Amino acid sequence: MKKVSRSSLDACFAAIAASQKLYLPVADGEKKRGAKYAPWFEGAVYSTAVNTVRSAKDFFFPQVEKMTRFKMDGKQIEVEDIRKENEDFVIFGVRACDAASFAILDSVYLSDPVDSFYQNRREHGLIMTMACGKPTETCFCSVFGIDAAEPAGDISCWMTEDTVYMQANTEKGEALLASLPMLEDAADDAAEETKAAIRQVLDKLPLKDLSTDAFGGDKLMKLFDSDKWNSLSEACLACGTCTFVCPTCQCYDIRDYDTGHGIERFRCWDSCMYSDFTLCAHGNTRTTQMQRFRQRFMHKLVYYPSNNNGTFGCVGCGRCLKSCPISMNIVKVMKTLGEGNE
Amino acid sequence: MKQETLIPKIGVVTDIRIDTPDVKTFRVVGLDGKKVFEHMPGQCAMLSIPGVGEGMFSITSSPTNTEFMEFSIKKCGCLTSWLHMMEVGQQVTIRGPYGNAFPVTTDFQGKDLLFIAGGIGLAPLRSVINYCRDKKDEFGSLHIIYGSRSKDDLVDYQEILDEWMTDDNVRVDLTIDREQEGWDGHVGFIPNFVKELKPDLNRTVLICGPPIMIKFTLDGLKELGFSEEQVYTTMELRMKCGIGKCGRCNIGDKYVCKDGPVFRFDALSELPNEY
Ligand SMILES: Cc1cc2nc3c(=O)[nH]c(=O)nc-3n(C[C@H](O)[C@H](O)[C@H](O)COP(=O)(O)OP(=O)(O)OC[C@H]3O[C@@H](n4cnc5c(N)ncnc54)[C@H](O)[C@@H]3O)c2cc1C
Ligand code: SF4
Ligand code: SF4
Ligand code: FES
Repeated sequence: MKKVSRSSLDACFAAIAASQKLYLPVADGEKKRGAKYAPWFEGAVYSTAVNTVRSAKDFFFPQVEKMTRFKMDGKQIEVEDIRKENEDFVIFGVRACDAASFAILDSVYLSDPVDSFYQNRREHGLIMTMACGKPTETCFCSVFGIDAAEPAGDISCWMTEDTVYMQANTEKGEALLASLPMLEDAADDAAEETKAAIRQVLDKLPLKDLSTDAFGGDKLMKLFDSDKWNSLSEACLACGTCTFVCPTCQCYDIRDYDTGHGIERFRCWDSCMYSDFTLCAHGNTRTTQMQRFRQRFMHKLVYYPSNNNGTFGCVGCGRCLKSCPISMNIVKVMKTLGEGNE
Repeated sequence: MKQETLIPKIGVVTDIRIDTPDVKTFRVVGLDGKKVFEHMPGQCAMLSIPGVGEGMFSITSSPTNTEFMEFSIKKCGCLTSWLHMMEVGQQVTIRGPYGNAFPVTTDFQGKDLLFIAGGIGLAPLRSVINYCRDKKDEFGSLHIIYGSRSKDDLVDYQEILDEWMTDDNVRVDLTIDREQEGWDGHVGFIPNFVKELKPDLNRTVLICGPPIMIKFTLDGLKELGFSEEQVYTTMELRMKCGIGKCGRCNIGDKYVCKDGPVFRFDALSELPNEY
């Protein structure tokens, strides 16, 4: 375990940023809506807000990503592989829920056949997580077995009034900590008091007793056929906000763009909440918003666990609770469907 | 950089056959004149014209064809219309093979097979039919029931007449929806035709065609005494990636592009009816 005084944290950031790109949460504009990740700059102020409005998935699965370029010449086509080795980068301040979401994205993108675009970013990114000092009432990561006091990542950090403790969990993390001269050695149990304090807060969160008993791969047909989906989805606007802010939503579209001197193929986030998502030559397999709404939540609570040894596809970050314009969200879905269904 | 299946290879169209007013069959090889990749019957490939679109198509040729791949494509939108305007020598992009395949090297071994196809649904089955014809010793007899709207809408008609109907091990029954001049064969819809023909109950069945035809044919087969464990089909859902990652083509917890497109009916009936 290493430590650095909070007054030296900026020097620590500067030292990391001297050799590679460093991203950290900063206040999001004047409206103080929350935090957003930004590249570190001289004078950047690390925001301790829980959590960033957008998740950290952008770093590995960006909203838009160029994949290939094509040159068209009469009947001929030339394929240009425009992939480049990514540069090394560090993300500081990732919360436990988002760190857990990377494992979920990994299970999709790193399974055979490996998605080399994602893998490239993943291999070059180093994750420094920050334990949550002040979890909010929309947080429910503990429901999915995530411990906000013990976040994963290459390096885990804990913050007190005056000190930041850092613990390397991987060789990559170890090497980075070793390269920072302002760090001092700390006792291995130096963060225990902080962890205990965090767990006390976690224990008082309003959503901590949310039950997952009614969900999982073995409940597939029962939940799919539930008549509660109709009332749950009735007011959904199909805006897709919940899918875009979600750290584990992984769906994408592939599109072509004519640049004027060639065709660029790119991929971008897509949403199962949209009506044309499954539009197909012989019709549409999901014609109603109820079906699309059901897909999103069935995927997180049933289909994903079915294919991943029971791990749920939600990390309880609470973003969909904060951002849905009609205040619908996965917690309401779980409560409603769970009733009398355990 | 590591290999990336989402970055396509180039294919060259070396032959175009007009099958019906809205179906053409394209022969495709790589830039080196050889097959772009190997596949098993039932698998598909993503074809694209950059700037126009990309779409999933069954590889209708048999893997035993060592020279080229073929695709039978029905004109129904932007990309497929473009493909129909192509001339020989046009290049396309191609990636694959994607999906599972019919279990020709396992469950189908030694079996008598019954193929039931409607319209363009013959495309994936043709790959199996010609595979089985080329590996006669590994399979029992083949019975093919094929139907289309009209005589002019039968895909692969010349091959059916010249090769399948002259093969001792193959029985072919054709039908069209409505009476037509110059047609003295059977007239009527496929599900009824199947019931009239009363095929052997010991056959393993492969059905492919429009969803409504599949549904009624399956009902008919069950009435005749076939069980769901005997019947296979291929599913067609909207696809983008082809490798189970873009999240588009799931039926319940299965991705059609990866866990399908070939499904046995008993497995399919355990999934939500969302297809
Ligand atoms: C596993 C699989 C195997 C297929 N095999 C064949 C085949 O052997 N021969 C054949 O002719 N067709 C086949 N198809 C259908 C073929 O992919 C679509 O007809 C084609 O992509 C439509 O492209 P388009 O640009 O011409 O149509 P568009 O202009 O995009 O639209 C026409 C209609 O087709 C729908 N569509 C667009 N893309 C797809 C897609 N990827 N899948 C399904 N529907 C789509 C549109 O939503 C619209 O309703 C197969 C589809 C799948 C999923
Ligand atoms: S479903 Fe909602 S709470 Fe769960 S990970 Fe996604 S945004 Fe967070
Ligand atoms: S954010 Fe709310 S309204 Fe928008 S698609 Fe999601 S559930 Fe529907
Ligand atoms: S086409 Fe992308 S998941 Fe099947």
